[in-house]
Amino acid sequence: MHRYIPHTEEEIKEMLQEIGVGSIDDLFIDVPKTIDGYNIPDGKDEFTVRKLVEELARKNKTFEPEFVFLGAGIYYHYIPTVVKHLAANPNFVTAYTPYQAEVSQGTLQMLFEYQTMMCELTGMEVANSSMYDGASSFAESLLMATRITGKYKMLVARTINPEYRTVARTYTKPIGIKIEELGYTELGTVNLDELKAKLDDETAAVAVAYPNFFGFIEDLKAIRSLIPQNVVFIVVAEPVSLALLEAPGKFGADIVIGEGQSLGVTPNLGGPGIGFFTTLEKHVRKMPGRLIGQTKDLEGKIGYVMILQTREQHIRREKATSNICSNQAYIALINAIYLSVMGPQGLREVAYRSYNNAHYLAKKLEEAGFAKIFSGEFFNEFVVRVPDDYRNRWHEMAKNGILGPIPIDRVYKELGPSALVCATEVNTKESMDKLVEVMKK
Amino acid sequence: MTIFERSKPGRKGYELPAYDVPDSGCNVPEHLLRKDPPMLPEVSEVDVVRHYTNLALKNYSVDRGFYPLGSCTMKYNPKINEDMAMLFTQLHPFQPRETIEGAVQLMGHLKELLCEITGTDDMTLQPAAGAHGELTGLLIARAYFEDIGELEKRKKVIVPDSAHGTNPASAAMAGFEVIEIKSGPDGCVDLEELKKHLDDTVAVIMLTNPNTLGLFEKDILTIAKMAHDVGALLYYDGANLNAIMGRTRPGDMGFDIVHLNLHKTFSTPHGMGGPGSGPIGVKARLAPYLPVPVVRKSGEKYELDYNLPKSIGMVRTFYGNFLVLVKAYTYILTMGGKGLKHVSDMAVLNANYLRVKLSKTFKIAYDRICMHEFVIDNEEFAKKTGVKTLDIAKRLLDYGLHAPTIYFPLIVHEAMMIEPTETESKQTLDTFVEAMERIAKEAQENPQLVKGAPYTTPVRRLDDVSATKYPVFRFKR
Repeated sequence: MHRYIPHTEEEIKEMLQEIGVGSIDDLFIDVPKTIDGYNIPDGKDEFTVRKLVEELARKNKTFEPEFVFLGAGIYYHYIPTVVKHLAANPNFVTAYTPYQAEVSQGTLQMLFEYQTMMCELTGMEVANSSMYDGASSFAESLLMATRITGKYKMLVARTINPEYRTVARTYTKPIGIKIEELGYTELGTVNLDELKAKLDDETAAVAVAYPNFFGFIEDLKAIRSLIPQNVVFIVVAEPVSLALLEAPGKFGADIVIGEGQSLGVTPNLGGPGIGFFTTLEKHVRKMPGRLIGQTKDLEGKIGYVMILQTREQHIRREKATSNICSNQAYIALINAIYLSVMGPQGLREVAYRSYNNAHYLAKKLEEAGFAKIFSGEFFNEFVVRVPDDYRNRWHEMAKNGILGPIPIDRVYKELGPSALVCATEVNTKESMDKLVEVMKK
Repeated sequence: MTIFERSKPGRKGYELPAYDVPDSGCNVPEHLLRKDPPMLPEVSEVDVVRHYTNLALKNYSVDRGFYPLGSCTMKYNPKINEDMAMLFTQLHPFQPRETIEGAVQLMGHLKELLCEITGTDDMTLQPAAGAHGELTGLLIARAYFEDIGELEKRKKVIVPDSAHGTNPASAAMAGFEVIEIKSGPDGCVDLEELKKHLDDTVAVIMLTNPNTLGLFEKDILTIAKMAHDVGALLYYDGANLNAIMGRTRPGDMGFDIVHLNLHKTFSTPHGMGGPGSGPIGVKARLAPYLPVPVVRKSGEKYELDYNLPKSIGMVRTFYGNFLVLVKAYTYILTMGGKGLKHVSDMAVLNANYLRVKLSKTFKIAYDRICMHEFVIDNEEFAKKTGVKTLDIAKRLLDYGLHAPTIYFPLIVHEAMMIEPTETESKQTLDTFVEAMERIAKEAQENPQLVKGAPYTTPVRRLDDVSATKYPVFRFKR
């Protein structure tokens, strides 16, 4: 007997009798017995399990949000209490993929609304109901560009999150996609001359980030004007920034993707987060992932179902637009609740405060001798020159409760000693002044 | 009503603290500044609460009742798993290594436990879902063959026609040519058919065992030998691991690459479609190709190993769906080795009990001892009554039950695939049998009644066809 498994001895006997076998072992006659149980300790009561896991949790250090100055793709934002409470509803948590639409209208309507919200933020026409993370969304956007154009050369800005580029290489290598990088200028944004020089008839797509990994705001208008219409324009966007910055859809983006963690999701050591994926209706049949659409029931009542499933793996098998099946629907729920609570005005305030905090911090750091490496316009992150021994100091700061700007010179060797500084609305004037003081030491 | 229709301009559900940072002014060039605010809802907190609470009421879930979706393993999700995951939400993936000691230890322990369960030597916890794991596993196979100089000739991946759709899709994404082989009359891999396609141009054979008919591939040791004799690798789709725990391990059967679905077998909930988690275990010779970082024990400590020159790279950012890993770890500590065996024993007992009970009314596709699931074949039933599997599924909803998986596997027409899992009691199974018997009777006496189902759900039967023909992708005012 076990608390999760209801069978009594008596019932087991009755059931075996009904089946017509003498013992449980008789049900496993086809199975070659290679082990006699596992070399794993016996199960534990809840009290003991709790203690063991809590002990592990205590071996981690968590930081007060206002003392976090580390972003680089995962951001601390204030998450209203109501988000957690609503998302904890077991009718969301313990439901499956909505295969029976009539008893999954909660999931389906929520995802339809989530898709709408992501379309609104990005300025695009269609959003899918989620990918694993920003990196897998990015990788799949390149695969999609090849499906659209039949071409294999991708021009990818070096200012896109390095992990996204790494994951994209893993995904795209087997089908022969070639990724060429585009460098950046002293503004911290993509080098347009290099873009012009590398664009040719073989180019399937141009991909840039907005704001980019350094926090700088690419001029999407200028970039699009250099790209022929038949080249797919991919924008990796930070969704909070889109409350302040013009939607990429307005600049002729074909695909806008990114990481949705900053919309109400705790940092979670990087997972689960969520990849969002949006595009134009004309490309929808080339799009990966699951789509929810509106329809009617036989009495004319509005309802929601999964649509265009003929692109998907369970029908198209090896000819599917992607292999994704389980996605991050639950995190889409968190995004949707967060965006509902914040609304357009709240999200804009979060975006503007993040922007303003970063600019205040940049000024203070500059005054303290930490020069900005790039001179362009940035959103909530920027790069500063740091002393050679900064990495040690970064570890030292962490000991003292400050998650400081992350050194990035191991990835961007050409920059020399440098760190990526992040501010969001959770940082206070006091915490930022403290950071400057500590970094000066 | 959608959340957008609840919206009123100027209403709000948030409040930010007083703000005392001097305004630095906005220097973003005019053309890059947003002109029209996004149409997000403008609602109060109570509007948000009621909206999502009411949506939740329109969902069926494991916490509400029986959810016998074949191949999905919808078992009960213990509440402590959720609480334990909450202890780890505030960690940044880039915070210094020394500040995430507990998280790394947890991943290290979990990996060792999962290696023991799968019978593999090393593992990555990074893949975010089963299909993501499949892709990872196949990329590992690809890297291995490239390394030993055989990638040029080994272009094929063999999958049975009963395989999950993700198998061929993942193989194609990994750049392989997919060879589908027909199952034998007994529902298992047909060895003659396999022999026909098996030579040194094959890179990988992908199998689910027990397979999607709920039958154990009894010739698995022979199949493994056949694969290895031509130098191919054997891949294990872990969707059905819930049937065999504590008795045999994929690695022991000869599988070289094994994926797990933590959201299925290890009770981390499915969350309406994810997050899942699809760790990949491999035999030692494939370990050099795992995606980075790999958690490994070095002395007494666990370390994150990024130094794998032959690695396939990364398949997602950071460490995978870490909170899902915490839930699986909690579950394994709770169940222990013996408990996991008990899980499979009871899952298989439940499936066989249902199979025998239902066989009195319905045709079982392969009516012999099954593993944790089995398939009903309603082809004749549909011909006789005009009531199709879809109709039965919809009618079950009226009885307050979730329907089984339908029309899968594709090799059984009018298929209904039933997986009760171990967490369901005999009473629940009996209730399901009664409902199925009543529907069978209805189908004979009043087929229109069944064909018109469901009647009691938040919406009646939905029009899928026009939803796809004239797609509405988003709400518009």
